[in-house]
Amino acid sequence: MSGIFKQASGSHATTLAPAPAEPVKVRLKINGQEHVLNIAPWVTLLDALREYIGFTGTKKGCDHGQCGACTVLVDGIRINSCLTLAVMREGQEITTIEGLAHSEDLHPLQKAFIEHDAFQCGYCTPGQICSAVGMFNEGKANTLDDIKEQMSGNICRCGAYNNINAAILQVKGEMAGE
Amino acid sequence: MKSNYIGKPTSRVDGPLKVTGQAKYAAEFAADGLVYGVVVSGEIAKGSIKNIDVKEALSLKGVLKIFTHENVSGLPWFDKNYKDQDSPAGSPFRPFQDNKIMFSMQPIALVVAETFELARYAASLVKVEYKEDKHETVLMDHLDKAKKAPKGKVGFEEPKSRGNAGDAFKAAEFKVEGEYLHSAEHHNPLEMHATTVVWEDGDKLTVYDKTQGVFNCQQYITKVFGLSTDDVRVLSPFVGGAFGSGLRPQYQVFMAVLASLELKRAVRVSLTRQQMFSFGHRPSSVQRLALSASADGTLQSVKHEAFGETSRFEDYTEIIVNWSGTMYKCENVELKYDLVKLDVFSPLDMRAPGAVTGNHPFESAIDELAYALKMDPLAFRLRNYAEEDQMGGRPYSSKELKACYTQGAAKFGWDKRSIEPRSMRDGNQLIGWGMGTAAWDAQQMLANAKAVLSADGKLFVSSGASDIGTGTYTIMTQIAAETLGLAIEDVTFKLGDTNMPEAPLQGGSWTAASVGSAVKAGCEAVKAQVLKLAKKSKKTPVSGESADDLIIDDGYVLLKKDPSSKISISELMKQAEVGSIEEKAMSGPNPINKLKYTFNTHAAVFAEVKVDEELGTAIVSRVVCAVAAGKIINPKTAGSQIKGAVVWGISKALEEESMMDKNLGRFINHDLYEYHIPVNKDINDIDVIFVEEHDDKVNPLGVKGVGEIGIIAVAGAIANAVFHATGHRVRNLPITMDKVLGLSE
Repeated sequence: MSGIFKQASGSHATTLAPAPAEPVKVRLKINGQEHVLNIAPWVTLLDALREYIGFTGTKKGCDHGQCGACTVLVDGIRINSCLTLAVMREGQEITTIEGLAHSEDLHPLQKAFIEHDAFQCGYCTPGQICSAVGMFNEGKANTLDDIKEQMSGNICRCGAYNNINAAILQVKGEMAGE
Repeated sequence: MKSNYIGKPTSRVDGPLKVTGQAKYAAEFAADGLVYGVVVSGEIAKGSIKNIDVKEALSLKGVLKIFTHENVSGLPWFDKNYKDQDSPAGSPFRPFQDNKIMFSMQPIALVVAETFELARYAASLVKVEYKEDKHETVLMDHLDKAKKAPKGKVGFEEPKSRGNAGDAFKAAEFKVEGEYLHSAEHHNPLEMHATTVVWEDGDKLTVYDKTQGVFNCQQYITKVFGLSTDDVRVLSPFVGGAFGSGLRPQYQVFMAVLASLELKRAVRVSLTRQQMFSFGHRPSSVQRLALSASADGTLQSVKHEAFGETSRFEDYTEIIVNWSGTMYKCENVELKYDLVKLDVFSPLDMRAPGAVTGNHPFESAIDELAYALKMDPLAFRLRNYAEEDQMGGRPYSSKELKACYTQGAAKFGWDKRSIEPRSMRDGNQLIGWGMGTAAWDAQQMLANAKAVLSADGKLFVSSGASDIGTGTYTIMTQIAAETLGLAIEDVTFKLGDTNMPEAPLQGGSWTAASVGSAVKAGCEAVKAQVLKLAKKSKKTPVSGESADDLIIDDGYVLLKKDPSSKISISELMKQAEVGSIEEKAMSGPNPINKLKYTFNTHAAVFAEVKVDEELGTAIVSRVVCAVAAGKIINPKTAGSQIKGAVVWGISKALEEESMMDKNLGRFINHDLYEYHIPVNKDINDIDVIFVEEHDDKVNPLGVKGVGEIGIIAVAGAIANAVFHATGHRVRNLPITMDKVLGLSE
């Protein structure tokens, strides 16, 4: 393969561009456990989860807050983890899809998503589920129409919306029955 | 029988992995020493690179290499090395080939650095000077340069005319004509294209790629980089949607492999959402329809002419107009399909390629002709129902389209429709009901599978197939469990690995039929071995019994005449001291039946729209999609596929469009904020009906596939509903507010 590439490695003697900020220590509490990272301040929470810790359950679908695949819960509030820097979230409780199930027991929404076939490729699913948990916490979704409106920040390209709503409605009903 | 799983609604076997975040996609595999590549996209649509300055970027600590056309050489010259299983005629795009720019956002550099953030920053420091040439990127503006679409792409058939449509049209009493425009569309699966390459000594590569065919990807890598198949293992256990975008190896595969081989370490290259608009797309089209009928409602002529776009370097073709010659009984048919070369990337198969493009104009024209005749659109379709394939007169292996019409119409309440446009209202909303008919191929490809039954009674089945969300994992598990007679929990099916038996690309709705038949054959071979063990077994309830007198169910071999006499498979294997039974099987289409019959799936779609004439909004309030697709292995996952396809159809009708900026020569709305696809609130009731359709000729399972059939007729049905609501026929998709209000065409 040596014939393919001709360029010599860069010499780092002189940095011609503004150098990026040095790594800093960032402590993140994720799913009840503390993770200490040595990362540059420009690392998003999403990339910190996926690339630096290995929590790849949180998905990257656009990196611009336009699809909702990266939705996580921070102190119970749903946010797009691609639109926040990890360093900004020190001291807060971060919950990802990996933290929703209690040991072997799936979260009721996880069970309902399987039962209602509320996904196909599965890529938007962690974001959908975290978003639904956040929506329940907000307490403003009373009807199917509310759910549709309030879940519209999470795109499902496979088009599983009917089934996603059925799953959410079922869990909402179970919660009301408790 | 407890092990009857085929046809039963079954939850996805990969469901728990997907809802807990454990399912791993291409960009999610960890590797020691992994570095990140970020692609620099070109800024012009046509011309050349005068100068590319990487000094600043390269000066940053942690930036490892920057690949450009200036430093990549020595790769194969011949086109054949770059061709893949879904290549059209022409010369495939080769990144870093030279300084030529052939399309906007062409990848012109790959920056590799220790971290993703650093690579992204360094990529922003690459400075490029261009020599810009005049580009042509809008199909409508260059129809004068159209040329007949050439052969060369697998599966493409040239349109065939019959009779004399021109004369019949002139003579006919009732006729309609129209021109229809479709914008380009991009697949935009939610997972962006990405490749993780793990490098080992001796240039052995493990490649995790977002692909619809690991073997296609492996073949591309080995041919381009001169590697042996033993040294390149490609895996894609989970694919976050694709819809056709993963049929061809995309440029991030090339880049990740190139960088990995050069740096001798693991490399990950993920495209950005913007870059998801920089490669294949559903081509824009201009279509002209002319249909005529006699007063009794008999279709007299069909003329369907389509212009598609392609790139300068390849001739992408799809079957757009051929369907119009076979949907209804008609003696005079004139079909034409031309291509216009533009300065864009080659188009790429996207869900129901061609069929979905041709269907909306054709079914709109059918609706328009029914109105000209003052006939109910469903009655008009039934009047011209084709009992046999109009292209060549072959019988269909099965065609339950009439049942789709009947059951779909009943569920929808079509008989309550008043035929006059603008005659149905709900408050200030105009209500429109429209319908359409779809057909798609039921194909089968050569596929292989392996089945291994271990002495504990567990079955492991594998095939290097793909599951892009279609439910392959689940239906193969069902087929295997039922064929061998095991509890479904005792069966594991794995896919997406070139170390497994070869399977075809996942496309064309053929995975269930192709891989399913191979899995069935493999499990039947294992079953035969188990039954031999039963006969040979000593002092068991099944000793000496021949295969014909035995059945296997729920992990037990039983006597047919006395099912209480039974023994478990694992006991039989233990007695015979057999550790495992392994069988490989290959399955392909029946060549005789292929000559005798036409294999198609069909669907009838009924849609309701609510149009606010003051605001120009059109909402699809409900859709009924009735499908005839042979045996449905899993109504739950298949139903989801159809629902998803209907969502795609709604998207095509009302939302989706890649907008080409004429001056920049670039798709300008290249993100998920400006490229509109349905969100939850946009989607309302969708009813799916699978009508009974028995087919013993199509393949051993009687399945026809459901990936495509659900989308095809939706946009036409919605457009027809908008006409019924407003009395205004919008011919250009998507039907946006401005078009509903008549402010633009």
